[in-house]
Amino acid sequence: MAEWLRPRHMNEALRLLAELPADHHQIISGGTDVMVAQQLRAPRDIAVWLDLSAIPELKMVEVTAEGIRIGAGVTLSVLRRHPEVQKHWPMLAASAAVTGAAPIQNRATLGGNLCNASPAADNAPVLLAYGARLEIAGPNGTRFLPYDQFHLGYRQTALAAHELLQAIHVPYLPGGSRAYYRKVGTRAAQAIAKVGIAAWIHFDAGQGIIAARFGLASVAATPCLLPRVSHYLEGNNLKHVCEFTIREKVSSDIKPVDDIRSTAEYRLEVASRLVWEAIHDAH
Amino acid sequence: MAKLLEVASEMEKKNSPKRVDGLSKIYGKALYVDDIPLNGVLHASTIRSSCAGGVVEELTFDPTFDWTPFVVVTAQDIPGLNAIKMLENDQPVLVDRVFRHAGEPLALLAHSDRGMLETALCHVHVRETPLAHPVFEIDEALHAEGTIIPDNVYTDYLLNKGDVEQAQKNAECFIEERLMTSSQEQLYIEPQGMIAVFQEDGVLRIEGSMQCPYYVLDALEQCTGLDKDKLRVVQSTTGGAFGGKEDYPSMIACHAALLALKAGGLPVKLIYERGEDLRVTPKRHPSRSLVRLGANREGELQFIDMDFAIDGGAYRTLSPVVLSRGVIHAPGPYRCANIRVRGRAVATNHPPFGAFRGFGAPQSIFALEVAMDRLAAKLNMDPAELRRKNLLHRGDVSPTGDLVGEDCFAQEILEAALIASHYEERRDAFRHWNAAQHNTLRGIGLATFAHGAGFTGNGELYLASRVFLQAHADGQVEILCSNTEMGQGAATTLVQIAADALQLPMEQVHLAQTDTARVPNSGPTVASRTCMVVGDLIEKAAQCLLQKLRAEGGLSQTFTSAEFSAVCFRMQESGKDLLVTASYQPPVDMLWDEKSFTGRAYSSYAWAAYIAEVEVDKLTLETRVLNFTAAQEIGHAVHPQIVQGQIEGGVVQGIGYALYENVLWNQFGVMANDRLTNYIIPTTADIGPLQVVLMEKGLGAGPKGAKGVGELPMDGPAPAIVNAIQQALKIDVAQIPAMPELLLDLSRAQRGSQCQ
Amino acid sequence: MSVKMQINGQEVQVQAPPASRLLDVLRGELGLKGAKEGCGEGECGACAVLVNGQVVNSCLIPLGQMDGAKIVTIEGVPGDSPLLQSFHDCAAAQCGICTPGMILAATALLAEHPQPTMDEIRWGLSGNLCRCTGYGRIYEAVTQASTGDAHG
Repeated sequence: MAEWLRPRHMNEALRLLAELPADHHQIISGGTDVMVAQQLRAPRDIAVWLDLSAIPELKMVEVTAEGIRIGAGVTLSVLRRHPEVQKHWPMLAASAAVTGAAPIQNRATLGGNLCNASPAADNAPVLLAYGARLEIAGPNGTRFLPYDQFHLGYRQTALAAHELLQAIHVPYLPGGSRAYYRKVGTRAAQAIAKVGIAAWIHFDAGQGIIAARFGLASVAATPCLLPRVSHYLEGNNLKHVCEFTIREKVSSDIKPVDDIRSTAEYRLEVASRLVWEAIHDAH
Repeated sequence: MAKLLEVASEMEKKNSPKRVDGLSKIYGKALYVDDIPLNGVLHASTIRSSCAGGVVEELTFDPTFDWTPFVVVTAQDIPGLNAIKMLENDQPVLVDRVFRHAGEPLALLAHSDRGMLETALCHVHVRETPLAHPVFEIDEALHAEGTIIPDNVYTDYLLNKGDVEQAQKNAECFIEERLMTSSQEQLYIEPQGMIAVFQEDGVLRIEGSMQCPYYVLDALEQCTGLDKDKLRVVQSTTGGAFGGKEDYPSMIACHAALLALKAGGLPVKLIYERGEDLRVTPKRHPSRSLVRLGANREGELQFIDMDFAIDGGAYRTLSPVVLSRGVIHAPGPYRCANIRVRGRAVATNHPPFGAFRGFGAPQSIFALEVAMDRLAAKLNMDPAELRRKNLLHRGDVSPTGDLVGEDCFAQEILEAALIASHYEERRDAFRHWNAAQHNTLRGIGLATFAHGAGFTGNGELYLASRVFLQAHADGQVEILCSNTEMGQGAATTLVQIAADALQLPMEQVHLAQTDTARVPNSGPTVASRTCMVVGDLIEKAAQCLLQKLRAEGGLSQTFTSAEFSAVCFRMQESGKDLLVTASYQPPVDMLWDEKSFTGRAYSSYAWAAYIAEVEVDKLTLETRVLNFTAAQEIGHAVHPQIVQGQIEGGVVQGIGYALYENVLWNQFGVMANDRLTNYIIPTTADIGPLQVVLMEKGLGAGPKGAKGVGELPMDGPAPAIVNAIQQALKIDVAQIPAMPELLLDLSRAQRGSQCQ
Repeated sequence: MSVKMQINGQEVQVQAPPASRLLDVLRGELGLKGAKEGCGEGECGACAVLVNGQVVNSCLIPLGQMDGAKIVTIEGVPGDSPLLQSFHDCAAAQCGICTPGMILAATALLAEHPQPTMDEIRWGLSGNLCRCTGYGRIYEAVTQASTGDAHG
């Protein structure tokens, strides 16, 4: 019978992880993805489960001078209800509120949504747009990684074998920041995104764009930024932004595919339209 | 709920007693098939074909694996006929050699441990020679060289009235359209399943989730070779069906029974997990319609010409009857002298399609109603006005050549829907909305239709349904019939009808469990027939019972519940039996010729007009239903609350059908989106205000003039919604579901053509 | 693995593999069959129960995480819950297979929003699929339970 490890501290979790057999363990937190995979795939012999759901450190939300530190084990329902998140990072409250529905949000964790590394992860675009940093704990201590460097390929992350995602740091946004979030799914609730988009745009006193970041889901093998779009916008003025150029940049930044939920063509077109809308309607 | 007839709310509450099955379901105590306690049960699993038709060359059970603790069944183990009893014996219970689609059952396994079953499945090897050119599309099948059956056509019907060819020459306005509907999954939340067990008396008892116990009994008799008195079929609480549990339970029951025959007395439980249920059980027939409509300048229909084809899948199953209903409903509720509907049910290598609420009618009504809007556009006439000019009046001749009598409310229900939905006001408001700078475009769309209740034509006559009422010495009365409660409220409605007729409180009347050892065959629970046809039989039986108690037991004309009980007690004491029977007698004017599709197809039609208001996002082309008005004349609402629930439920299934319920196929013709994450039905967050308008004129064939309502609400939403989308986007949408991807393509193509 | 939980107010100890789904433990070991399996992947909500007051899909919860948890199933909803009555009054249970999960989701919704708006009802119940009702009777039942008035 499989062994179930349920550490109470991060240190204990890391120590256990270091000792686990490489291919025969499964890390679990909220379980909303892991349990589905276990149900659908051929029975895989998981010798050891490492359950992170009983570690209080992972459940903490702390507001600091720089921003907010969200423990990887914080559930989406905690996030969507959190007054500070609602006030300063409304896109994150919004994305948490459209990840599955209530029974999922009560279990699923922000860290789990990132580590599961689905290209459609609902909270990924927002964290990309906000410029989040990840706090990763490993046997040699803690390191910080910009979130945009976390997804290396389809369902591949920058976590090393003996590392765990500990917290997500989201910075305060400077004055003049505007944001835009939209999820396009087949139905209103309980949907997997066909396109997810979050944008953060920093304007100067005129309509000059100081900085712009776009996070997208379901348009490439991983959640992704739009570097060419950002590069085009930064230093530009809203008055001079050209729709055709935006489309061109979007299409070179993303690699949408046809799948069971939508088409590459739809994704490209809608992503382009929503980026354009984000630039003009972000607030 | 808006009602046209003024009914005091107290009166309505009195007419809507609590559901008899309500509390057991609310407390979670109702036993569905997977909840039934069993000792020493064997779990079962099905080994299936993987190719889209072909030949099983070899089925090998790995000799190094220990099969002794397993029960294994193959085609060779079938004692009776290896065919599912249906319209034709073409579908095997287990494939012997030749098969027609992927997912066909080849062999069955049972074991007490589910885990062992999974292990064993890895030790069964199937070698198949696949069919060289399987076909998956209607027109592809019609033109294929190699065929599944001759011409790949199961059934070819022609409804022909007047002279379409001649009328074409005279038509002043003419449209031609090609319209498609995709398949749709019933998605009852309880997957299918059966339990088979030998009773101590040697009777093989099958219990499970089903609509039609006598279909299952007939199938078991044919497949096991056992006499009917050695077989017993019991319906467990059924977690939704919508047609999906009409024919396929016979398959699962035969499988469970075959395993039980070899299981040495242990019960066998065969429950499908969701993915298997989605992949192999029947769904709504996809359809393709070529529609041509002609009218004069005033908008009066001159002819209706439709080539209507449905995909029947790899076996005939119920396709001919689905087709027949689709053909009869194709010309809609309109007066038109020249009508030609050719209907074909086509063979493909998909798993067979089957019954789903509406049974062919939603497909042909979609085609006609969308075409009507195109005709209105061409005539530059409001869609409501075009319908107003053409809807049947009393005294008209129906599409099947029958004189339309007093029971015709097509015009009245259209006006009721227009008023309730503020049609003109909204239409004008949406014009303004669309002219202004908003992120969305809005449209209002309409569908008018009628749905015939009960079996088509002489079907009810052939069914020869019977019901029993059994009074007991304590004055309790039992209804014995084979009609099933599957959520639609039949148990409550039938008890209410009997109690009403017997002048007894509902608590004194009970619906017996649907158990073929006790209940007579009152026909299947399909075709919107239960309340109207079986309800009527129950009402008649109740009158017989009262007559009997009066004649033989001296029951007075008016009586109390206690007096009724006392008479029952006295009669029982003196050895008189308290059982009465009622059998179906067709109405005298029910003449139908099923060869020429002429005469009276249904004893009653319910009349309806549905209006959808939609909003389409300009950027993403996502559609949201803002408001929905469902107006219908249904004769009499026996239980208004249940009727409302039926209509709301049907409309929401129709919204899903219109917008996003999309069965996708893999390379083998099997449902590819076989999970609830990718087959999408509406959630609470998707459903906005829905207004139900009931008109009750009391002229239907059921109790107090009631008509069947079960299927009706499935017919209207898809065309109403598509018509609304067309109005909002000013594009032609020729298929459902109207997914944003499709709408994007269409609107870009339109923009492109405008630029040129 | 041996896990102690409080189920419907009673302390119970269950011996089962840790990766067992809570749904199977409830239905199998404990005979609480009000939780139903509709999809096995957290989409339909037929298996919904309350864990520490929150609505969750029991098909997605491994037993290993339930040590010390307080679980309420439909069998443990207090008899005086207005939802039981309102679901009956409004004919909100049709085939009934989604009903236990729906009532538990509604219980959690009313705990958070005792007077929910229509929008809160729509979003709060969106993890529970019903194929029969079209949700109209269910909206009415939840509204009645919160206001005592079916048409409130």
